[in-house]
Amino acid sequence: MHTSRIARPARGGRRTRRGLIAASAAAVLASSLAACGGGDGGSTPTLTWYINPDSGGQAEIASRCSEASDGRYNIEVAQLPRTPEGQREQLVRRLAAQDESIDLMSLDVVFAPELAQAGFLAPVPADLADRVSEGTFPGSVESATWDDELVVIPFWANTQLLWYRKSVAEAAGLDMTQPVTWDQLVAAAQDQQKILSAQGRRSESLTVWLTALIESAGGSIIEENSTNPEDIKLGLASPAGQRAAEVMHDVAVSGVVGPAFTTASEDISASQFESADAGFMVNWPYVWAQAQTKVEAGTLDQSVPEDYGWTLYPRVDADTPSAPPLGGINLGVSAYSRYADFGYEATECITSDENQAYYMNTNGNPASSAAVYDDPEVQEVYPMANTIRESLAAAKPRPLTPYYSEVTGGIQREYHPPASVSDSTGQQADDLISAVLSGDQLL
Amino acid sequence: MTQTTLPPIKKNEPVSAPRGGISDRSRAERRLGWRLAGPAFAVMLLVTAYPILQAVYYSLFNYRLTDPENRSFVGLGNYFVILSDSLWWQAVAVTVLITVVTVVVELVLGFALALVMSKALSTLRPVLRAAILIPYAVITVVSAFSWRFAFNITTGFVNSWLSWLPGIGADTDWFGGKWTSLLVICLSEIWKTTPFISLLLLAGLAQVPDVLQEAAQVDGATWWQRLWKVTIPNMKAAIMVALLFRTLDAFRIFDSIFVMTAGANGTESVSFLAYRQTISRVEIGLGSAVSVLLFLCVVLIAFAFIRGFKIDLAQTRGEK
Repeated sequence: MHTSRIARPARGGRRTRRGLIAASAAAVLASSLAACGGGDGGSTPTLTWYINPDSGGQAEIASRCSEASDGRYNIEVAQLPRTPEGQREQLVRRLAAQDESIDLMSLDVVFAPELAQAGFLAPVPADLADRVSEGTFPGSVESATWDDELVVIPFWANTQLLWYRKSVAEAAGLDMTQPVTWDQLVAAAQDQQKILSAQGRRSESLTVWLTALIESAGGSIIEENSTNPEDIKLGLASPAGQRAAEVMHDVAVSGVVGPAFTTASEDISASQFESADAGFMVNWPYVWAQAQTKVEAGTLDQSVPEDYGWTLYPRVDADTPSAPPLGGINLGVSAYSRYADFGYEATECITSDENQAYYMNTNGNPASSAAVYDDPEVQEVYPMANTIRESLAAAKPRPLTPYYSEVTGGIQREYHPPASVSDSTGQQADDLISAVLSGDQLL
Repeated sequence: MTQTTLPPIKKNEPVSAPRGGISDRSRAERRLGWRLAGPAFAVMLLVTAYPILQAVYYSLFNYRLTDPENRSFVGLGNYFVILSDSLWWQAVAVTVLITVVTVVVELVLGFALALVMSKALSTLRPVLRAAILIPYAVITVVSAFSWRFAFNITTGFVNSWLSWLPGIGADTDWFGGKWTSLLVICLSEIWKTTPFISLLLLAGLAQVPDVLQEAAQVDGATWWQRLWKVTIPNMKAAIMVALLFRTLDAFRIFDSIFVMTAGANGTESVSFLAYRQTISRVEIGLGSAVSVLLFLCVVLIAFAFIRGFKIDLAQTRGEK
């Protein structure tokens, strides 16, 4: 059995204890002070740029722009979580607490409305808004706009292409110089017993896919937008929504989407497309750079990427042009920043054509400025640069609303797994999201 | 044969103790006890009671973090929304299922491991103990990632290991369905926390008096009879502590689900629901209400255990 002995305080214990308390109190105080302080030392203001993780490109651009400011400001970067959801969660909570240490933010294209509506973004100077809108892809400008005003600065833009194995398309008799439809792709993949890779995972990828399908069918996920959540009218049950659901279901049950379709992310699609069973894939352009890296590392045969072909995103209906998905990053300046003026000045430097080209060539993230695609180095690194430009010109953003997390969460709940999607899914998703927005249901 | 336990220890009052009161010595001990535990108690109040009370307060409001101006008092409205939503009940069912399955399996396995540890040769014992404890030393998120990678169709090795089983092949997508996902989640939980239970049970085994075991042996009791009639009844307190801790822990399951399925295929637990409302949707009011309900569930479980086992933990220590 346990016997407990009573410990008597050692001589001088009281003093030691007091010292300990003081020391721990000081430690707590110091750490909380350190958390509050935002690098206020010296005369040169330091802007903190919260970036999404990349291959070091944003840090390099930060130091280039610090240098270009002639000592008026310095930019240092701080890294956000890896996923866009994680990035948003951290930024929203810190901005709600009026965190002064955030000056610049790399924001996923879907986050601007929420932050703008909440008053977390410093107003964009009018002349700057005009300058950056010019020559930028319309989809990127749209994603940076809320309530008819530009609220963030487009930095880089992403879009999905239709990737195909030239050998498979040829064997299936598909003319890839002409636009192709999802139905054609399914038939060709079935005919050749090859995989058609799409992203069926319950994540943002599913919303990306559904948005592209609905927009390609001529509809919109949000038909009537509003700042009041209860007045938002959704178009998931519209004829375009029904058509999108039909295509999604047909692809999912086609038997050619690969074994792990319901958990397939972009990365899984990319590795499927490198396998011998690969046929077709919708995915972001990073898959090209990834395959090249693998060839250099010797883990992938040169003949595999040589067989890669690319074209515009597949159509839903043969005679309606497709609306490819739009991704990318916009730059926001915090309303609580002490240096909002410098912040906007810095965004102009960061998003210069030169820096966008550098970022595209070194980090694989396509530019939002159309002129960058004429850069000879971009043309050399990206044989598909013109296709990306064409795709970005037609790309449509995902729903723009301050309640984006409710909309995408509701879509992911109802449209997953994609094989379960039916005629009634659109209406169910409409009802669920409306009920969630009115506060009548959980998500 | 009846159960054999030692009678509660009777404490002898010191001769010098004043009638009806407590001695100076025990008063001093009590004072010292408060002084030692006091700061920890105050910190506990600060870091647990305060957030709990704040959550209870917020749960009465319709309050979105990005829209603080439109915060409005809704009374128990959030609770009605939650309790009338099938999603809540589905999450409760999943949570209860995971809790029951993991705790039962862990108790049996943990007990077996504890017996092995207590009977092992003394030279082998430290090695054995360390080996059994390793999974518990792994951080839950790390363990969840390893299990995810192991079962994942592209990175995993489980499919090729188990391909001799009917129904399992290279194309088996464990995270593609509800029941297979839950199976992997439960397995990872069991792997990770069985050591915790076995360690607590080992401490309990050490408390079983040898005299009782010897007496039972002399009376001709078999090993099985001694286990059920002597060993287990005498370590009831240890079993309860192990079960209680693990049940409370299992009911709050979050990491494994977050990492492995992110709530897909109906694998959301109650904690996950609280996370989605509070952190993803920034609906502080609704999310706080979910958290308060989760807290009430946990309190209920703790209360039921302590009542159900009819054990006074203070008494087993020999206190009055």
